[in-house]
Formats: sequence, structure tokens, C-alpha cells
Amino acid sequence: MTDHDASMGSDRPGHEGHEDAPGSDVVLSSRVRIARNLDGIPFVNRASSEQCEYVVRTARHLLLHVPLNERMIWVDLEQSSSHERQLLVERHLISRQHAENTIHRGVAVAENERASVMVNEEDHVRIQVLRPGLQLRAATEACMTLDDSIGNHMDYAYRERWGYLSACPTNVGTGIRMSAMLHLPALRLTNDIGRVRQAAKDLHLAVRGFYGEGSESTGNFYQISNQITLGRSEDDILEEFESTIIPGLVQYEQAARQVLLDKHRRSLEDRVFRAFGTLGTARMLKLDEAMKLLSRLRLGVCLDMLKDAAESITLDTVNTLMLLVQPGHLRQHVGGQISPEDARGARADIVREILIGE
Amino acid sequence: MKCDICDKPAVVHEVTIAHGVKKEVHLCIDHAREAGVAMPGQQPGNKLLSKISGSGKPTVMAPRCPECGTSFAQVRQHSLIGCPACYDTFEEPLGRLIERAQAGATHHIGRGVANEDSQSKRQREERQLMQALATALSREQYERAAEIRDRISQLSQATPEETTEGDKA
Repeated sequence: MTDHDASMGSDRPGHEGHEDAPGSDVVLSSRVRIARNLDGIPFVNRASSEQCEYVVRTARHLLLHVPLNERMIWVDLEQSSSHERQLLVERHLISRQHAENTIHRGVAVAENERASVMVNEEDHVRIQVLRPGLQLRAATEACMTLDDSIGNHMDYAYRERWGYLSACPTNVGTGIRMSAMLHLPALRLTNDIGRVRQAAKDLHLAVRGFYGEGSESTGNFYQISNQITLGRSEDDILEEFESTIIPGLVQYEQAARQVLLDKHRRSLEDRVFRAFGTLGTARMLKLDEAMKLLSRLRLGVCLDMLKDAAESITLDTVNTLMLLVQPGHLRQHVGGQISPEDARGARADIVREILIGE
Repeated sequence: MKCDICDKPAVVHEVTIAHGVKKEVHLCIDHAREAGVAMPGQQPGNKLLSKISGSGKPTVMAPRCPECGTSFAQVRQHSLIGCPACYDTFEEPLGRLIERAQAGATHHIGRGVANEDSQSKRQREERQLMQALATALSREQYERAAEIRDRISQLSQATPEETTEGDKA
């Protein structure tokens, strides 16, 4: 329970890439976050520097000294380097917005990286819990336990009518946002992503990219989350996500994969093996290209296409690579700042090393 | 085009583009005045005259939150609320804004704070049960609906003191 330099130890955060996690062929990870604010203090967009500093000091003390269900490490974002913040973003422990505005901002990260508490992002406190695969119930329960522990020591802004108050009208009420990171390559290939987006819109769901708000879809990953936080209980939102929405999307993707296998097996295999061939031989890889090829490889692994050709390549291998090819992790691997050209070379090297042991 | 706050025709239209995001504000004459927008008829046509007469500023000042100084026009413009007290200061217009952002929802249903008073807790529980009843009926789960209905009548008969067991819903 100490301050930390944000150097991430393991190759993979605790919430991603466990191939034995439920629904992991389509669901990469589940995330639940809760927005909370201190009563009597302006929200971050209107708070003075002194007030922001007070919130950080209070939250840091609480998160490091109050018994929580997770052991926390504190990262002062003001003192951290842009490289350290980039690592935190790539591991989904802070948002990109939180990495950009750093004055009087911090984050407490659970040692196992399955939870983090962002301080002075858009709201004073944002508690988030991450789990591999489809584990929204476990993530929600862990998030509420953290919320209870913190709430016992913090005077949360709350009104009978509105529930928990937030800086943005879209978060008031429960302040809870549930999301699942889905890998939907088959729906992309069958041109059904538009239908997913339309259905999501009708159900008041947000469809975002790999790094949440404001990010584009990369590698056919889509983050699906609830947009309504008022007038619906946490249990209600969870029930709908867990029993209907996410299983429905998972089945839709699985059905599309089956259609491709039944009607276009050769063409699908060609796509997967070309991706494998390029990843196993390329000497330079741009990030977008690497993610696109890894997405195809991931689909091939899920459909057992690579069993004979490369038995050692598992879902875990591909999930790990998707993290290691990100700019911050690549820089960490190389051990220093590198030029864009060298980064493309280093990216290809690490992919070959892990995929084919070269 | 209608006013963003009420159903009257909008007479003031403002379009701002910040960081590539377009925001439009449309207000009727009353809400434009409330937001501190000067109406054409209010100002002298001549700037010099306005300096002399001192009437260049709108005659009706927009109300501001006494805690953080935020006006409702600023809340609308940035889609960000200034502080917890803004929720009390701008309860009515903010309520309409929240209702639109939250697909028509007007009241919280869900967990409450640890130190919530018993009356607030009872109202929240009642809302939660009413919602559960509607869900059960829509799914034709009549046994469950009957259980919930019994719980609602128990709750309405109980005194506030009797409903304080447990901290969280």
C-alpha cells in the first residue's frame, strides 16, 4: 500500500485474456464503474485548484488506509510520466481523458489490476472493476463492495429525487455504467455491425471503441454499455445486461461465425492463415495492421482453425499480443523511447517471438 | 422549432462548435431572458447611447447557483453541472434536461447512501417495488407480482421507523 511509479509488472492485466473465463471467445472483458462526488464541493469542472487538491488528498488517504476488498497502489498522475499514463490507459485502468488532464489527479490501482479508482476525472471519484470474459455480476458485486467501503468514509453527494449526483446529467442516479468488450469480427464480415449499432441505439446503449469514450473500434472490438442511469436500479440494469443484451450479442456473433464456416469456410480460412502468415514473417508492423491481423487470428483460434498448424497459439497468446503491440507496452518492452520506424520493427519482432518463437 | 426547455416556439438560436463537437441551443423568449440573453427590443440601437444610458446589459440577470456561480445557460452549453447545489437551484429546468438525457426518467431507483433518512429510503423502496411490479406484470409473472403488491401494501402501512433496517437496498 504505497505510492507507485506505475510500472506494470506482468505482461497482462488481471482482467484480460483468460481463455477459461466464461464467454471469452466473444467477450474479452466485463467492466462496471460507479461515479460518485463529495457533497459540498463543486464538481471537477468548476472546482478550484485548492478544492481539487483537497479531493485528491482526501481520496488518497482513504484509499490507502481504509480496509478495502482490494489492496491499492496510489499513482499521482501529476508526478507520473506520459509513458506511465499511457501504460495505465492501455491496461484500461484510467481513461484517456484522465491521462491528459493531470493537475491534482490520481488513481488507486488494485495490485491485481482488477479494480481502479480514478480521482478527479469528470467526477470526484470513479470506481471501476474489471473481470475477464462475461462476468458482469462478479464485477458489479465487487464494485458495490468497494463503493460501500469508500462511501462509509466519504460524504457522497446524494438527493432523494436524483440519487447520486454527478457532473454530467447522463450519470445521475445510480451512477453505474456496465460494459462488455466484445470481439465481433464475424458480424463485421457479414456487414451486420450496422444492425448491432441500430439495436443498441434503440435500447439506449452506447457502442464505443477499444479505449471507451471517443475511441474508434480497432481489431473489431466494441464496448457496449448502458446509457441510462436514472429510474432503473443497479439490479435491473445488471439483469438486462447479463440475461438479455450481452448473451443476445454473443449468440448473434456466434451465429454469424457459423454462417461463415458453413458457407465460406475456405475464404475464412484463407483470411485467418494469411493473417498468421503475415504476423509470423513480417519485419515491420503498424499498430492498426497488427490489430487487424490479430483480430483475424483470434477468430481463427476461436474456431479451432489453427489446431494443426500451430497448436501452441491459444486465445491467451492472442489476447496478450493485443496488449503488447500497443505503443506504451512496446516502449516498455524495448526499454526506452524509440522512433516510429523502430517501433514498427520492434512490434513485428515481438509478434514473431511470441507466435513462432523466432 | 420548439424551445429546448418548454414547448413554446424558440426565438433565440445559438450554435457553438468546440473541439469539433456541435452544440445547438434553442430558447423561447421567456427562457432566453431567464438565461440572460438580451432581446433585440431591449437594447438601444446605438452603442454610444447604450453606454450613456447604461442599459447595454440585459435587464434580467440569469439566476446563478449561489454555491458555485454557474448559470443554467452554462449547464446547458457544456452539458456539465457545476456542483451538488446546482441540482437544488435549477431543479425544474435541470429536471427537464435530465429527463431528456435519461429517456424520460425523473426519479432515482436503486441503492441509497448509508446515512439516508427513513422517509427518503421508504420512497425509494416504494418506487423500486412499483417498477418491479410493472416488470413482473409485463412478463406475466403473476405470482411474483402478487408478492410485490403485498410488499408495497406492507411498506405503505409501516411507519417510517419500521423501514430503516439495513443500510442499502
